[in-house]
Amino acid sequence: MSQLSSRHLLGLEDTPESDITLILNTAETFSEVIERTIKKVPTLRGITIVNLFYEPSTRTRISFELAEKRLSADIVNFSTSTSSVKKGESLRDTVQNIEAMKIDMAVVRHSSPGAPYFLTNCMDANIINAGDGSHEHPTQALLDMFTMRRKYGRLKGLRVLLVGDVKHSRVIRSNLWGLQTMGADVALCGPSTLLPREVEQFGCDVYTNLDEALEGVDVVNVMRIQLERQQAGLFPSQREYTNLFGLTKDRLKRLNKNFTIMHPGPINRGVEISSEVADSENSVILEQVTNGQAVRMAVLYLLSGRKEELA
Amino acid sequence: MATIKFDMVIRGGKVIDPEFGFGKDATILINDGKIAGIEIESPELKKQIDKLPKDKIVDASGKLVVPGLVDIHVHLREPGREDEETVVSGCRAAAAGGFTSICCMPNTTPRIDSQEAVKFVQDRAKDADARVFVVGAITKNIEGKELAEIGDLVKVGAVAITDDGNYVQNPEIMRRAMEYSRMFDIPVMEHAEDQFLSTGSVMNESFQSTRLGLPGTPSVAEEIAVLRDIALSRLTGARIHIQHISTKETVEAIRTAKKEGLRVTCEATPHHLILTDEEIGKKFNTNLRVNPPLRSAKDRDAVIEGLMDGTIDCIASDHAPHSAEEKDCEFDQAPPGMIGLETTLGLIKAFLIDKGLLSWADAIRKMTINPAKILDLNCGTLAVGAEADITIIDPDKQWTVKPKEFFSLSRNTPFDGYKLSARVYKTILGGRIVFER
Repeated sequence: MSQLSSRHLLGLEDTPESDITLILNTAETFSEVIERTIKKVPTLRGITIVNLFYEPSTRTRISFELAEKRLSADIVNFSTSTSSVKKGESLRDTVQNIEAMKIDMAVVRHSSPGAPYFLTNCMDANIINAGDGSHEHPTQALLDMFTMRRKYGRLKGLRVLLVGDVKHSRVIRSNLWGLQTMGADVALCGPSTLLPREVEQFGCDVYTNLDEALEGVDVVNVMRIQLERQQAGLFPSQREYTNLFGLTKDRLKRLNKNFTIMHPGPINRGVEISSEVADSENSVILEQVTNGQAVRMAVLYLLSGRKEELA
Repeated sequence: MATIKFDMVIRGGKVIDPEFGFGKDATILINDGKIAGIEIESPELKKQIDKLPKDKIVDASGKLVVPGLVDIHVHLREPGREDEETVVSGCRAAAAGGFTSICCMPNTTPRIDSQEAVKFVQDRAKDADARVFVVGAITKNIEGKELAEIGDLVKVGAVAITDDGNYVQNPEIMRRAMEYSRMFDIPVMEHAEDQFLSTGSVMNESFQSTRLGLPGTPSVAEEIAVLRDIALSRLTGARIHIQHISTKETVEAIRTAKKEGLRVTCEATPHHLILTDEEIGKKFNTNLRVNPPLRSAKDRDAVIEGLMDGTIDCIASDHAPHSAEEKDCEFDQAPPGMIGLETTLGLIKAFLIDKGLLSWADAIRKMTINPAKILDLNCGTLAVGAEADITIIDPDKQWTVKPKEFFSLSRNTPFDGYKLSARVYKTILGGRIVFER
């Protein structure tokens, strides 16, 4: 297989194992490129990519931008923190205007679940979901899987625990589906108020007790907890969240040997994860960021349909 | 047979008039826009009919002839959003869908919370293709704070009150509205939704909302609202009508209330009888965004069961037009609502009658005499002396829903492309053919 089954990357729920494997394998090649002195290849020369960010984002936007630059694509950035509806121009009109400038691919971050799907009906460009509300964030999950696979040489059979705001986390959804497709054994943990309705239908273990959840786990992927959830009454205080769900050093003993700590960032040090754990030798948090480059380069390359040699 | 005077007939069709239990071939005699009789044609009658001008003899062979259909839950967007629907266009859509009487909801801009507003709509409906009965607001500006001048509204013809779109959150206000409504013996129609539980939500809360990361409203938001209103009806003795019920528990609550003998009625929409929340994740089709939201299969099945056992009195479309621009957007940005006047009959046939869940007689009852009785409307029957509002149905007509052919000014239906199996042949309003196909 050298081609993806879809011309868009909207999410991992329906992405087949062969596509994920192809992306991860291709990312291996690109991860070698970004270690070079000259971190640039001509692969996407002449291709124009728009980064449509309807939500504030720092690392995902920078990561995509760098990936695009290193592939020699031409880039335009469109960022706004107000929704198109409030601005008075519809999302369709905005993107059709942009596409009229001859855009080949669009990377989209948007607060509405399904917005990337909507864009596939508005424009011909390849659409890459860079996070749609609480729905999916497929490139984050792919880079997480890439990082795990690099460390363990496999995904199948790994016990992976995703901790945090399960209800609102797009990173959790994409990780869950991607990892399940790849044969990993996924478990979820979070406060019961942040476990969405009928969560058991995801077909994985679900915990509200972190210590129990950590038992026998290879990888713990900790999610940022947002203060606004407390304001919405979903948990009483940050202090109590940290007491119940904060990953601290004394909790790590329950994990398997050679365990891994991950976090998609940005980190609230001392809230969902202690500094000691975040900075420990088992933490791969910065490697995740580096790997994000290679994975996004792979996704862009594969979706572009370019047949040239990668590097 | 004493000779009956008539100037128009509908012959050859199978007549279903639920009130009288008719179900056989008969000829309907109309005189001066009113029903003059339903007769089996004798040789003399036949001779008499043959003297009529040809255009006064409607051939309904192979068709069903039923009282003009009644839809007690329709949003005409006039005044305020005449781009989405006007009184006239909504009535045209009604006629095309077989409805001769419709009740319009007061959440227009401005609201129908004054005599002037009621009269405005009535005036617009004067020459329209359907009868429009106006439902007034419960509270001023539908804000749930102070009662509207309900006596004034009733005086000029409002047939019921509702704050549809909003639930009257404050139980004290609702209690007073119910007590007050008793003076006029009008029902209080309720959009049952506890808005503390539903704030911010755009679909049903279930595994589907969990999958899609869309905020969901739990079905208890409806159940709690309905239980409160049932309790208040028990306290006040008021007639209440629960609109568009959508959950298993609501059906059960109303079933129990009816057994107790409370004055509670309710309606279900075709979409809650047919669709579930599983549709949403397929394409994020904004036409599936509706309030109350499409629920789980167990809820849908319970609503069907409630319709079959009589817990649910009637079928109503909750026809809610929205402009194409407003619906052409991200799922959670779209306003809730879908249109239904032109698809209700075909959907009920294809999804309930064809599946053996409902008989034609029951279906017609729930779209004619039952809704008419809930609001004491003088329609929904072929009784002698009644207005000659008649719908002739082609009962096995196969057709495909094509929104661009709708008479409604809006196109927001999730049933685009559905293959349906019954269609209106002619719609007659007061002896005048207002629609034919």
